[in-house]
Formats: sequence, C-alpha cells, structure tokens
Amino acid sequence: MEIDPFIFRLSIFILSIFIGYYVVWSVTPSLHTPLMSVTNAISSVIIVGAIIAALAGTSESIFNTSSIFGFMAIILAAINIFGGFLVTQRMLQMYKKKKHKKK
Amino acid sequence: MISANLAAIFYLVSGILFILALRGLSSPDTSRQGNYFGIAGMIIAIVVTFLSVGNFSTSLVYVIIFLVIGGVIGAFIAFKIPMTAMPELVAGFHSLVGLAAVFVAIAAFLNPSAFNLGNVGNIKLASLIEMSIGAAVGAITFSGSIIAFLKLRGIMSGAPITFSGQHILNLLLGIGIFVLIFYLCKTQSTNIFWTVIIISFLVGVLLIIPIGGADMPVVISMLNSYSGWAAAGIGFTLENTALIITGALVGSSGAILSYIMCKAMNRSFVSVILGGFGADNSNDDKKEKKDQKPVKSGNAEDAAFLMKNASSVIIVPGYGMAVAQAQHALREMVDKLKKNDIKVTYAIHPVAGRMPGHMNVLLAEANVPYDEVFELEDINNDFANSDVAFVIGANDVTNPVAKTDPKSPIFGMPVLDVEKCKSVLFVKRSLSPGYAGIDNELFYKDNTLMLFADAKKMTEDIVKNLD
Repeated sequence: MEIDPFIFRLSIFILSIFIGYYVVWSVTPSLHTPLMSVTNAISSVIIVGAIIAALAGTSESIFNTSSIFGFMAIILAAINIFGGFLVTQRMLQMYKKKKHKKK
Repeated sequence: MISANLAAIFYLVSGILFILALRGLSSPDTSRQGNYFGIAGMIIAIVVTFLSVGNFSTSLVYVIIFLVIGGVIGAFIAFKIPMTAMPELVAGFHSLVGLAAVFVAIAAFLNPSAFNLGNVGNIKLASLIEMSIGAAVGAITFSGSIIAFLKLRGIMSGAPITFSGQHILNLLLGIGIFVLIFYLCKTQSTNIFWTVIIISFLVGVLLIIPIGGADMPVVISMLNSYSGWAAAGIGFTLENTALIITGALVGSSGAILSYIMCKAMNRSFVSVILGGFGADNSNDDKKEKKDQKPVKSGNAEDAAFLMKNASSVIIVPGYGMAVAQAQHALREMVDKLKKNDIKVTYAIHPVAGRMPGHMNVLLAEANVPYDEVFELEDINNDFANSDVAFVIGANDVTNPVAKTDPKSPIFGMPVLDVEKCKSVLFVKRSLSPGYAGIDNELFYKDNTLMLFADAKKMTEDIVKNLD
C-alpha cells in the first residue's frame, strides 16, 4: 500500500519542531527580541499562498472574491516581511562588543 | 514555469535558510549573517512561487504592485519605530501574520481549484480540516495580538478584565469551534466556515483580556507561537514545505520563549492563561502597616556621591527605564563612572520589560557593549561583592519577598539579589507597588536609598553631579 503524502509532510513538520526546539534553545537570551521579530518575518512566507490565490484570476476578471483575499494577504505579509527583516537588521546593527582600545 | 518537484526542492532550500537564520542568533556576531540567510530564503520562496504558477498576465503586475505597497509600509515602520516601542510592534506584526493566514485560508476555501484542493463544495477532506484549523488559529492570533497591542500601547488599560464564567465560556467556544469544523467537513457549508472564523476572533479577544500587563512577555511569546502554528496549518493546506518548516520553527520558538518567561516568574503557563494576576489588592491592611515604616530617600547629589566612592556598580534596568526613555542618560552616567575607574555591569532579569530581551535591545541602542550585560544566573552572585546596585525602573524582579515569604504571590520567583549589595539606589517615581500589586521590602532596608523621580530626569541629574 502506498504511503499518503500527508505522512511525509507530517514527518517534515515533526522533525522541524525538533530542529526548532534545539535551535531556539541555543539562541542567546540577549537576542530574544530580534528572535521574535525575525520569526515574524519568516512566518510571513505565508505570502506564497497569497500569491497563488491572487494569480488565480483570469485576465478578464483579475479581481474575484478569492483573489481579492489573496491580494489583501499579500499586502499584510509584505508589510511583515519587509518590516520584520529590516527592524531585525536595525536591532542587530546595534549589538556591539566592547572596544578594547582604551586599555 | 517550473515543475512541481523542482519547486518543492526550492521550498526546502528556503526552509533550510530559515533554520540558519535562527541559528545565527546564537551569538550577536553571527546574527547579522543569519538575517541575510532569512532574507535569501524569502526571496527564493517568492520567486519560485511566481515561476511555478507561471501566470504572467496582468495579474502579476497587480501582485507586484501590492507587494511593493506592503513593502514600503513595512520598511517605513521598521525605520521609524523607536526601540522602546518594540513590544507593540511585535504584537502588531503577529496580528498581521494571523490575518494573512485567515485571508489565505478564505481564498483557498473560495477557490480550491487554484490550489489543487478539489472544487467548491467538494474540497478534499484533509485540506478542509487543515485550512479551517489554520484559519481558526490565525483568527485567534489576529484578535489576540490586537488586544495585546492595545494594552502595550496604553490605549487599553493593562489591568486584567475578568468576569464570572469567563473560563467556561472560553471552553465552550473552543469546543464549539471543533464541533463546527466537524460539521463543515460533512456539509462543506460556506456559512459554517465563516462562523468558525468569527468565533475564533472572539476567542482571541477573550483569551487575552484577562491577562495583566506584567504577564505581557508570556502573552507576546504565546502569540508568536500561535502565528507559527497558523502558518503551519496553511502550509499543510498548500502542501508547501517552506511554510510547514517555518510554521514548526516559529511555533516551537514561541513555545520555548513562553516557557522561559513563565519559569522566570515561577508561574505555570496555565495560571498565566487563566489570567487575573495582580487584579486584586486585598491585603490593604498589610500595606498600611508597611507604609509607616521609615524609608530613606535621597537626591541626585547623594547618589552621585555614593557611586563616585564605589569600586563596582551593578545596574538593574526594568520597564520604567523603557517608559522614561532613560537608556541614553544611563549610558552617559556609566561613561562618567568608568572614567573614574569604577567597574560597571548590567544585570537583566528575564522578564524585565514587556517582552523577552526587551532591556538588551534598549541597552544596545544606547551603545552599551553586549559583553557588559549579564543574565540573572550569571551575575546574581556578584551582588554580594559589589558596592552599589542602581535599580532603574525595575521593581518586582528585585523583591526579596520572593525568597522569604511563602504567602507572597511572587514567592519562588527567581529574583536579583540586589539587597546583598553594600548600598542600593532605587530610582522610582513613588512607593507604589509594581505590577504584581505587592509591596517591595527592599524599599525599607537600611542600605536602600530611594531616589524619587522620573528615571530619565534623575539619571541626568546624577550625571551633572558626577562632574
């Protein structure tokens, strides 16, 4: 009997939870705020679903009920992607080591 | 146009890049590189999606226009936002992820053939379950984050809102969602789908209103986790590896952060969720008695004198520093102290501020090198050997009651042992209790000098007196 592809996706999901578990525990506590903003940014990869929905319209009807929701989701996700990565970058730029020149 | 198999491999690559993005955060040195990995992963995912749909009609132009509109708004926010407003920003971003998940689920429900999920009224059973769970969790994330945002922004009071039967109502609504999803699978009815989403919005609101301001670090982490699970639910619907991996990563990240925050407050996750903490100040008689105890208060001159004659100072920042925007003045003060060869370090409690790592970001913004900033367990033994502890805007996290009084609501919570310092300077506006609603014994210790003022103003005054 063939294995349902769902089982493969489930396997990826469960293994990723484990990867997430170990990777996140190794994040230094001082970077927990950037961790939250970057997880925000990457979870907006949900934009792929929004793009598929938005592109589903035909050239006669670009905007149908389904694709309008897609377009709205694109805006929301794009705010998050750009905002999330850029604000993370801005924060990370500020973390500096002590300058050892003075001593 | 690329094949589905090739697209799936690219999605896997972008998932791996996201893992590396989080991995980079294990140290500030590698973190910037990590962020670039994340950006690369996102670009790959978006480009591959365009190629695999292969629709290059006018729709594509509109998609790009909307992408740019969102991008400009996002970039504008990212550059304009002050660092003290990070908790609100993160809560706001969570709400957007949640709402985007809801919209994608709705789009998939209305036009399943675009996603290869079957036809309207005849959607594959597994996909229907996945998209309704994704939509429900997304809706809870959205409305919950909006409430968290309003509370953090101060538009809504941080005080817990409770009413009788609240938990039973939440439970019933939760069960209701599952029952409705069951009927949705049987009937494929559009109305039931909308009802699930509306009830989920309501649950999100009800879930967050009873949780008080001091528990916000847990709430934000929890919503972070939810936004991940919502993304994973949609990932299953769309059969998209990048989304499944990311959802799992974000979900477990938020869950771990919630766990760390709960542990730092010695509270169970369940009690935080049930809320109401810090709502009742019933032990008024106890407070009155305490109020009559003598408190030593001083001014900036006294504080400057004490610190000038010290050889080591530990700074304990808290939410009050963020509110007063005192981080830059603080850094100026520390520079002056360092010029006098005084050793200065910073001690940060995990729940100081309104979100995990909040204080670290503010200190980094004020150009404090991160190797002078220490976590609770790394610095707690140093208080006994230090001359001055400078508590600025922190309160409950320094309260020795957590170690001595088993009846106290914060008993057992790990606290910073500030009272072991030779002298303690406590910058605070008044003697009022902190968010936990309990009195801080530290105020009445012999070695404590209270500095009653706004954190920023007091620090600036001390700087003047250090010359």
